[in-house]
Amino acid sequence: MADTATPATTDHGVTTAEDRLALYRWMRLTRTLEERLVALYRQTKVVGGLFRSLGQEGCAVGSAYALERTDALSPLIRNLGSMLVKGATPLEVLRQYMAKGDSPTRGRELNIHFGDVTDRHFVGQISHLGDLVPVMAGITMTFKLRGESRVGLVYVGDGATSTGAFHEGINFAAVQRCPLVVVVENNGYAYSTPTDRQCAAERLADKAAGYGIPGVRADGNDVLEVLRVTREAVARARAGGGATLLEMMTFRRKGHAEHDNQSYVPEGEIEKWATENDPIDRFTARLTGEFGVTTATLAAIDAEVVAEVDAATEEAEASPPCSGTDALVGVYADPAEMPPLWYRGDASAAVSKHERPASWGTHDG
Amino acid sequence: MAEITFLEAIREALAEEMARDPEVVLLGEDIGKYGGAFKATDGLQARFGEGRVIDTPVSEAAIVGAAAGMAHYGMRPVCEMQFIDFVSCAYDMLTNYVATSRYRAFLPCPIVVRGPSGGYVRGGPFHSQNPEAAFLHTPGLKIVYPSTAEDAKGLLKAAIRDDDPVLFFEHKYLYRRIKAVMPPGDHVVPLGKARVAREGTDLTIVTYAATVWKALEAAEQLAAEEGLEVEVIDLRTLLPMDDEAIEASVRKTNRVLIVHEDTVTGGIAGEITARINERCFEWLDAPVRRVGAHDVPLPYAPPLEDFVLPQTSDIVRACRWLAAY
Ligand SMILES: Cc1ncc(C[n+]2csc(CCOP(=O)(O)OP(=O)(O)O)c2C)c(N)n1
Ligand SMILES: [Mg+2]
Repeated sequence: MADTATPATTDHGVTTAEDRLALYRWMRLTRTLEERLVALYRQTKVVGGLFRSLGQEGCAVGSAYALERTDALSPLIRNLGSMLVKGATPLEVLRQYMAKGDSPTRGRELNIHFGDVTDRHFVGQISHLGDLVPVMAGITMTFKLRGESRVGLVYVGDGATSTGAFHEGINFAAVQRCPLVVVVENNGYAYSTPTDRQCAAERLADKAAGYGIPGVRADGNDVLEVLRVTREAVARARAGGGATLLEMMTFRRKGHAEHDNQSYVPEGEIEKWATENDPIDRFTARLTGEFGVTTATLAAIDAEVVAEVDAATEEAEASPPCSGTDALVGVYADPAEMPPLWYRGDASAAVSKHERPASWGTHDG
Repeated sequence: MAEITFLEAIREALAEEMARDPEVVLLGEDIGKYGGAFKATDGLQARFGEGRVIDTPVSEAAIVGAAAGMAHYGMRPVCEMQFIDFVSCAYDMLTNYVATSRYRAFLPCPIVVRGPSGGYVRGGPFHSQNPEAAFLHTPGLKIVYPSTAEDAKGLLKAAIRDDDPVLFFEHKYLYRRIKAVMPPGDHVVPLGKARVAREGTDLTIVTYAATVWKALEAAEQLAAEEGLEVEVIDLRTLLPMDDEAIEASVRKTNRVLIVHEDTVTGGIAGEITARINERCFEWLDAPVRRVGAHDVPLPYAPPLEDFVLPQTSDIVRACRWLAAY
């Protein structure tokens, strides 16, 4: 594999040849897996909505790649790529989307709302936007209190920056000097709302000034640039320098979810981003250009990725569905399981439990 | 007149009230040009302008708080929660500020907070909630949860005209499934009045929202299979509650089942049971029983959701139990 990186590249010597092929692979895997999910969605095998990160793979992958395995990451709905980098598998994702009994949440939660805080260290999101910012402040506070050299990274969208939870969480992290990187993925829209209707400041990165932490805006569709600025923020956090806010400029090329036809996006904008600013196309051009990677090398990765997704799809489709009574397990540690409600099963048996005592109605004081 | 859906009935109510009263304005996320996640406000911004159909940032506390401020100065804001699950983000504003404003400060706060609620749609734990009970415990709020398209329209119009804050739950399972021809003219359904959805003599089901339809289905099945005549009371408004309607039915049938989609523990059925005990215990021939969701966060996989939520067959079994008691 040729690695002809020179100081003339904008890579600033941040990555090795191996890194670059890994980054390419994660981006390609993200896109291929999502395309497979679209096919399954059209076959009605996906239960619930499907959320795409098309055009945002560079941002998701590049930022997550800056972390160590023991660092914690909290993804959002557009961060399938980040989760894959952090160790989530296509099989897990497919099982989740198909509501399978052996999916990571065993059918309790949807899509990529799942996590693993014991080994791979990514925390499952909930739908309520912004809620994971304070949670990640707490996780990174724990790292700090324990004197561990670990950091955390939390993603929010441009829309989520308007929530109270975002504000409270990032302010808390800033004041406590938590080793936290807050990545704002500015993809132009929150559902149908353009970013300029979400925030009156021109740059979301400028919010950082109000919290007294560094704020950096970067090209979110340049995976190497994303990696570079995230690594800087991660290094600062690890060195005790506290929190950083990163604003990654990108674009949501699909609807909020598959059902949304994006009628609100000005004509030509989606096509423009697709043809001129696709993160995989851009990176491919650099790999084959300034980094001298052969197209055959990339084609081999593409084929590997398809094979991986094929195998995972086959296995996920064969996974068992959930079984109803499993719903009653795991609300509490103790008791771990609750009994079904009284009317389930044999209701007549419940009648005999309610026999009237002999004294009923004969109370004579 | 043509039939319209539950969802269209909501839109009609909003449009009619906006046309009637220039102080009525809408606030919410993606409600303007986009017309809302479920299209409840489709076309309203084009008709009434950006000053009356206001797209907001993703900030539920600010939506409700701003609505309160507007209401203090005579406006009639109607807030949309994109999903009612996100009303939790405005819980402080609603329970501390809005609900107490009249009592503590003589400040009227005539706002409506409305949004899609409820399950049976594979929405998972954060797009299926029924948080009505969390607000039942807050004096100062009114709570409406309609089951029919006519009521959706008439009650929403009444809620907008009401001088106090109203939480208005719209079951998303009903949005496009339930249709009706709207009554002619200015159709307003008073808050606080229940409706007899089906007459019966043998036992009463007290319920509201989507489970009204399940109760009706169960009643038909019981009538056909064992000649049991079940009365179904649709509460329509949960706060204030129509105690008279419940009592009248209890006196008639002497057996009561309360059904709701919300989880059983701390659900509204407990409150209704207590009221029946206090008002008409002597008229009961059997203990009041409840059918509701199991006490778990609502899971997403179809077999799990189906198991957790009350189904028609559950209502049938519970009715048989009550009838046999
Ligand atoms: C507190 C809260 N309010 C509303 C919603 C409904 N909602 C889901 S996604 C979304 C837009 C999110 O936009 P953004 O944060 O920019 O993320 P993106 O989808 O663009 O990645 C909204 C309003 C929510 N999930 N949480
Ligand atoms: Mg966005």
